[in-house]
Order: sequence, then C-alpha cells, then structure tokens
Amino acid sequence: MSTKNLSYVRGDMLAAEPAPLSQRSVSGWIRTNLLATPKDVVLTILAVLLLLAVIPGALNWLFVQAAWVGADRTACATVAQGGIQPDGWKGACWAFVEDRFLQFMFGRYPLDERWRVVLVGIMLVVLLVPLMIPKMPHKALNAVLLFIVFPVVAFFLLHGGVFGLQTVQTSLWGGMTVTLILSFVGIAVSFPVGILLALGRRSDMPVIKTFCVVFIEVIRGVPLVMVLFMANVMLPLFLPTGWTIDNFLRAVVGVALFASAYMAEVIRGGLQAIPKGQSEGADSLGLSYWQKMRLIVLPQAIKLVIPGIVNTFIGLFKDTSLVSIIGMFDLLNIIRLNFTDTTWITPVTPITGLIFAGFIYWIFCFGMSRYSVFMERHMDTGHKR
Amino acid sequence: MTDHALNQAAPRASKKASPLYDPKVRSIFFQILTAVIVVLVVWAIYNNVAANLARSNTASGYGFLRGRSGFDIGQSLIAYTSDSTYGRAILVGFLNTLLIAVTGIITATIVGFIIGIGRLSHNWLIAKLCTVYVEVFRNIPPLLVIFFWYSGVLAILPQPRDAIVLPLSTFLSNRGLTFPYPVWGEGAAAIPVAFIVGIIAAIAFGIWTKKRQMATGKQLPTGWIAAAIIIGLPIITFLVMGAPLTFDYPVEGRFNLSGGGTIRPEFVALYLALSLYTAAFIAEIIRAGIKGVGKGQTEAASALGLQPAKTTQLVVVPQAFRIIIPPLTSQYLNLTKNSSLGVAIGFPELFSTGSTSLNQTGQAVEMISIMLTIYLSISIATSLFMNWFNAKMALVER
Repeated sequence: MSTKNLSYVRGDMLAAEPAPLSQRSVSGWIRTNLLATPKDVVLTILAVLLLLAVIPGALNWLFVQAAWVGADRTACATVAQGGIQPDGWKGACWAFVEDRFLQFMFGRYPLDERWRVVLVGIMLVVLLVPLMIPKMPHKALNAVLLFIVFPVVAFFLLHGGVFGLQTVQTSLWGGMTVTLILSFVGIAVSFPVGILLALGRRSDMPVIKTFCVVFIEVIRGVPLVMVLFMANVMLPLFLPTGWTIDNFLRAVVGVALFASAYMAEVIRGGLQAIPKGQSEGADSLGLSYWQKMRLIVLPQAIKLVIPGIVNTFIGLFKDTSLVSIIGMFDLLNIIRLNFTDTTWITPVTPITGLIFAGFIYWIFCFGMSRYSVFMERHMDTGHKR
Repeated sequence: MTDHALNQAAPRASKKASPLYDPKVRSIFFQILTAVIVVLVVWAIYNNVAANLARSNTASGYGFLRGRSGFDIGQSLIAYTSDSTYGRAILVGFLNTLLIAVTGIITATIVGFIIGIGRLSHNWLIAKLCTVYVEVFRNIPPLLVIFFWYSGVLAILPQPRDAIVLPLSTFLSNRGLTFPYPVWGEGAAAIPVAFIVGIIAAIAFGIWTKKRQMATGKQLPTGWIAAAIIIGLPIITFLVMGAPLTFDYPVEGRFNLSGGGTIRPEFVALYLALSLYTAAFIAEIIRAGIKGVGKGQTEAASALGLQPAKTTQLVVVPQAFRIIIPPLTSQYLNLTKNSSLGVAIGFPELFSTGSTSLNQTGQAVEMISIMLTIYLSISIATSLFMNWFNAKMALVER
C-alpha cells in the first residue's frame, strides 16, 4: 500500500506558525522586558528619568556645545575668562586634544625623529595582527619575530645611536609610546616568567618552592606604586657604586616583576585544574619534565585560564598609568602635564583631557576583553565538563 | 665477528642508571644551585647597599623615627603638627589608609551589590544600564578615575566665598565639603558603651530565639528586634544623658569658611574613585556568585514549599556567599592597596607620608622596610582570615 492512498496523512510539513503577537511585537517586548511587574514599571520609569537627565546634557556638552577648532585657550574660555565663548558656556574642549594630539602620542620625542616611533608602531601592528588571527599560518615564526626580533629592532630604532640614527634619551620618550612599550614589555616578560614561577611554586623541591612562594606573595601583598617606588629607589642602591640604571628601565623592571607575580597565580590556577592523570600519562610515555609540561600540561592549563591571563594583561595596561608617580610621562601624565600649560588653561581643559585619556584606555582594554571572549570560543574543543 | 656473537659478548648494562639521571640527585643539585645563586645575589646586594650607604654617609637604623618631621599633613585622624615625629607621621598615614579602606569598602560593597543584582534583573533597561556601568569602570585605570574627580569635577567647584550652600548648613566648595561638626558634651562616652551593650544583647537574643525555635518551632522576627536593640539602646542613652550634643556650625566669612568640620577634596576624590571603581568588580563577583548557585537548588526549595523570600535567604544566599567571599576579599585587598594612589593627588595615606619621610631623611632601606611590613601585614592578616573563613564555610562532604 503506497502512501498515496492514505489521504489522511499529510505529505508535506505545515509552515511554522509565527510566534504569538505578544512575543514578537514591539509592545509585547516592552511588556515582558520593561513593564512585567509593578516593580519593573517603577524601575523603568526611574531609569528613563535618569537617562533623560544625563544623556541630553552629556551629548550637548560633548558634541553640540564643544569647541572643535582653535589654536589656544580663547577657543574654550568664556568672555569673562578671556576667551570667545559666551558667558555661561559649558562644553568639551576638543580643540585642546586636537592641538596636542601628537604630543599625547609621542611625548617629547624629537619632531624629526618621530618617523621611527611610527615605524615601530607599524611593525608592531604588522606582526601582531597575523598572530591574533587564528587562521594565519606560521605562528611559531611570527611569535619569534614579535617577541624576540621585534623588541631588539624596536629598541635600536627608538633609542638610536647606531646606523647613524640620532640617540634619543629615554627621558624624552612619552605619551602613548611609553604606555605601549611598558605594556608590551610587561606582557612579553610576565608570561614566561609567570609560567616559571607557577611551575616553581608547584615543584617538589622545597628550596625552589619557598623562593617562588616568597617572591609571589611579597609582590602581590604590596601596591604597584610601592613596587615601582622600590625599583626607583632601591635598584640604584643594589648596584655596585658607579653603575647607573636608566629611569625607564627601572619602571619596566617594576611593572614586569609585578605582572609576573599575578600571572604566576593565574597560571597556577590552571595547573591545579588539570587532572593528575594527564601528568601521569605523560610520565608513563617516558616524557621528560619539560616535555611533559610543554606538550601535555601547559597547553591545557593555559587554555583554561585565558580569561584570567587577559584580565592580567588588562590590569597591566591600566597599571602602566601609575608610572606617573615615579615621574614618567605616560599617556595619562602627559595629558595632565598640559593642564598647567598656560596656552590651554581653562576650566574645561582637565575634564576634556581626562575623558580623552579614558576613551583611549577604554578602547584598548575593552578590545582585549572582547578578543579573549573570541579566543575562548575559538579554542573551546568541547572537552569542558 | 657476527652480530649474534656481539650480542652475547656484551654484558647487559647495569640496572642502575648513572646518578646523573637520578631525579633525587638532580633535584638536590638544582636546589643547592638555586640556594647558592640566591645567597650570592643577596650577598652582592648587601655589599653594594652597604658600600653605597657608606659613600653617601647615611646612618642606618630606625632612630630617625623619633626625629622632628617638619612637614604638615592636611588631614589627620590624630593630633599632628609639623613638630611631631616621623613615627607619628607614618602612623597618621597608616590611619588614613585604614580610613579610606574602610569607607571605600563599605560604599563599594553597597554599590557593587546593587549593580550586580541589577545586571541579573529581568528588566532590560536596568540590566543594560548596569552592564554599561561595569564595562566603563572595569576598563579605565583607577588613577584616571581619581584625577577625573579631583581635577575634573572637584577642582572646578566655586571658591569658598561662593560656596554652594547645601541643606543642614553644609557648604561645598573647592576646599572640600564643610559641615557642622558635632561637639560631644558631658556623658557622651556612655553612648558607644550603650552601642556595644546593644550588640552583645542582640547576639544573646539571637542565640535565645534560635534555641526557642529549635525547641518549639516558633519563629520571631530576629533581624528587626536585633536592629531595634542595637540602634535603640544608644538613642535611649543619648536622650537619658540629656542630649549632650552641640554642633560647631561653619560660618561664611569674606574669603573663607570658618568653623565646622571639613572633608578635603583629596579624600572625597580618592574615596569616590576607589569606591566606584571597585564596585564594578564587586558587581561582577556578586553576579557570578548568584548565577553559580544551581537552578536545581531554587527548584528544590520551592518543591519543599519555601516562600521565594525564604528561598533566597536560606538557600541561595548562603551558597552564593561561598563563591563570593574569596574573590570579594581579594577586591577589598585591592582597594586597600589602591589607596596608595592617593599620593598622586596629595592625600596623606601611608605611602604618601612614608615617601615624604624617605625623601627628607634619605633612610631608603628603613622606610621601605617599614612600608613593606605594614602592607604585607595587612594582606597576610586578610589571607589568614580568609583561610579560616573558607575552612568554616567549606561544604561538608562525605
């Protein structure tokens, strides 16, 4: 008997009914997501009132009223303050950011030599972007170029003194350049050192374990300001008489040590989460300690703690702003330096500059955290229980 | 000679491998090597420090702590003048660090709790607003938030003579918040005593109601009664003692405000910045903690017939707390350590007074060792407490 004769069986599927109107219409969405209960109604009204109170004023201040062009403080000062704006004017002073933008990026790096910083920046992007895209080939070569060759080349390019390049003292480096250099070195150093410290802390050898525990806990127990200050004050004392150590290098050492201790704890968390069977399996295959770690344990452990690692990187990037306390001119400090510059001294200059700095920091940190979410999804091999 | 013969002729290698490959021997060797390197480095550093100090004619020792400091401190919880000693200056800084830590932790917890709960709200608008708050504050440096309040907001407040007048004789100007300062009269000391007695009475009452509930199954609104005892007793004492309280009101002079108490802008900026910054992290911790309690727990509680409020109180919160407490403590510790950023705006906390003392005396090793010890004691005390707390709260498993 063929199905043709069974007239009461449908041969094709019915088209799906659309969802009930209450779930797909705008008013239905509003009812379920904004006005579900009396409490929600009150909360929504309060939130809308808050938004109405803040958003128009903020947009007005940031964009509509803002002074976009100008060469000095007159553009952003009211008549009473000696400027061109009407009395009672309130708005952002973007002209200030525009005028000083290059200084914010390069600090006091000599004007004619700034192409070197730009070149280093381009090299960084060219090497970093392929490394971050999972599909790109030659990851090992790329990593070697980025973390071993690039720092050497970048140092000689930035510092100069060879190949006929003019020497630029580190005291002239500043702005975004310094923030990025500190973050890059901090990340490049803290990752391997953090792994070594974490392995040391889990080692069976009491001497090495004690050393790692003391190092990690002391660094984690004090504020970064304190670590930087120690690097600044104590490092010169530790060196033989007559030796000097560059101020910039002191900050780099401080930041890298600090980040290493935190990185070690993150990686230790990953190591602890790997079942003992993995390590025993590697032993039974006859792998040496380093082979076992490199091929079996660390890849799994690090994958588990990517969010923690990226959080440490974000923390490190934010923490580079503290070098201003030991007198270095990173992005935040060079912006602050301009607040007292008579060319641009107005009541709105500080807040505009700080909003600009906050925006830059935010873009970098938010970008990193989004990238970590992406990587987590990409590397999820479905073994998670 | 054939291969066969060779095999026969060669004796089997001894079962004992060379000591070079013995893990124990290797381990001892590496440990001795590390110890020797560490000792050599420390010895070299010690020698260098001694030589450098001798060259700069710096006397070592902690005697300088008794010397006159000669610098002023803007805000102090205890009596301090520039004639006070360095030791006292450090104590003032330490107390200020504790002040900012305690006030900041309380505010950050409250704000963080509200934002964290808000992110879990079914109300789309509230959830989004809380997400925006968290994403903004988590991704900018705390130092920037401090400067934002200090040079962006508080510095452009009017001069004291044009101060913004707030209710209750409070004035807001770029010198800070000036408010009527309470002056306690005769017999005011009884009030804190009453407060402590109230706490003890509330604890005793709690134990008694618990016993009663175990015996009879009857419940009392313990929380409300305990709160009434703790708050009520000091108020009754206050009234019985004849309200021994007067206020020193700030008076507007021609150029400045006189009288009253003042909270300086440095403190306000640091307090607001650290509270709001840390609140974003606490919000995420609270959210993760509440989400970490399995849905089955809530369902089981309602299957047992518990009311939603009781479910939250007896089932969800105790379990969420187990997840929340460890990271929350580390955030508290972070806030305490971040209080050292006060140095950037001149708030006299521990690091600030410590580094000023260091710059004046040149006693680098001694001053740094003092500051290190204090910060490390704070964090060690916290982690000891945490370990105790974790052990107490840990799930009792089979």
